[in-house]
Amino acid sequence: MTLTAFATIGRFFLSFFAQTGRLFLFIGQTLKAMLQPPFYFRIIGQQILRIGYFSLPVVALTSFFTGGALAIQIYYGGNQFNSETIVSSIVALGITRELGPVLGGLMVAGRVSAAIAAEIGTMRVTEQIDALTTLSTDPFKYLVAPRVIAATLCMPILALVADILGVFGGFVVGTQSFDFNAAIYVQRTVTFLSVEDVSSGLIKAAVFGFLIATMGCYNGYYSKGGAQGVGRATTNAVVSASILILAANYLMTSLLFSA
Amino acid sequence: MSEKITLHDVHKTFGSKKVLRGVNLAIDKGQSLVVIGGSGSGKSVMLKSILGLLRPEQGSIRIDGKETIGLARDQRRDIDHQMGMLFQNGALFDSLPVWRNVAFQGLQNDGLSEVDARDQAVDSLALVGLGAELLDLFPAALSGGMQKRVGLARAIAAKPEIIFFDEPTTGLDPIMTDVINHLIRDCVSELGATTLTITHDMTSVRAIADKTALLYKGEIIWQGDADHLAASDDPYLLQFVNGLAEGPIEVEGQQISAATGAG
Repeated sequence: MTLTAFATIGRFFLSFFAQTGRLFLFIGQTLKAMLQPPFYFRIIGQQILRIGYFSLPVVALTSFFTGGALAIQIYYGGNQFNSETIVSSIVALGITRELGPVLGGLMVAGRVSAAIAAEIGTMRVTEQIDALTTLSTDPFKYLVAPRVIAATLCMPILALVADILGVFGGFVVGTQSFDFNAAIYVQRTVTFLSVEDVSSGLIKAAVFGFLIATMGCYNGYYSKGGAQGVGRATTNAVVSASILILAANYLMTSLLFSA
Repeated sequence: MSEKITLHDVHKTFGSKKVLRGVNLAIDKGQSLVVIGGSGSGKSVMLKSILGLLRPEQGSIRIDGKETIGLARDQRRDIDHQMGMLFQNGALFDSLPVWRNVAFQGLQNDGLSEVDARDQAVDSLALVGLGAELLDLFPAALSGGMQKRVGLARAIAAKPEIIFFDEPTTGLDPIMTDVINHLIRDCVSELGATTLTITHDMTSVRAIADKTALLYKGEIIWQGDADHLAASDDPYLLQFVNGLAEGPIEVEGQQISAATGAG
């Protein structure tokens, strides 16, 4: 009985360390593939379109409504008599530092990480990745690196769009629902926001982009067991990317704002 | 005749399951070897080991006399470049049109322009009896037989010295099976390539093979000229060739026959 318990614990830790080691090896190989030629610019371009351009609507809508909801919460939760200053500044700060990159990242994780895992997972179970290898083409350079590069480049741009539309959402609610003066709202927002508020969010977004694509590629690359395995890889990609985004957000917030 | 591919005492294990238990095999230059064997006998693992997709724990795999086990992918680029492979289900890239699939090697590694690559695709498709009207179609628009032929066109496009065929006729109707077998034979004789085919389709064996080997439980238990298949009195070979339920070959861990005295 005791031995069985030890064996179970041992198996769990062995599996955990094996998985962690494999993930770090995968990240190492990905970074190497990103930095060493050949670079598949055509595929990077395609992925920028798929990951960046086609994620614009979902990120834009999410951030616009979040900015609006944030404005309502701050207005009713805070001091309504001095709300014109508070709403504009907190919406701007909350969106640029946190909600823009994090919510944008989570939305893109749901959309892109799943799609990448499904695509690469299907390629794995239908031997297309083996075929790539036999055609003297490194799957890390051809499949993984372009997706990770594209996501890392696109996420800051998506976060910037999220910032602008989130602040705009707050502005629309403030001026239309609470009769704030538009000029004063804009002036307060501009005055209160610093470059660091925006740039910290963009740095976070780049890291989130890297995590989203890496988790999609990793889970897809190691998927096995046919359609069920691809389904599992897709779920794991979204869950792991989302958790890593939230954990990385906490770590980076601590690092960027602790000084 | 010099040996193109040599396997010596190749072992491959997955967890506690020993799949290859000391495979010894030699393929001469220009020869067509067909490895037969039941499902789970280790055929695909052997093929993937030669292709460098799996790394055996023990033994030696030499191509043109050069040891390949343990070589990193970029170290075996020259070896990979002289190989072509037809996968069981074609393994065509879904996201690419037919012409990009067929000329993939040329486009990615040989520096072919798109115009030249398209020409190469037309030529390769012609060799497998397909026309240029397929060039811009995507694999999903093709039937299983056509996908296989496009896969064959891709395998021979770069004029490789060695071509591997993994179950080339599985899932095809008898007519398409015959078409594929003839295409393989014609392509191989035209290119002068060395080929290794794994199959359990005896029609393919008779059509393609110069030499045949029987893989059973991870070991080559019989090999010889294809002409000698019918004359052999090896009980394992007889059972497999004639498709008999009774005989020494165990199916999924259960021995069917009493031929060896066991139940």
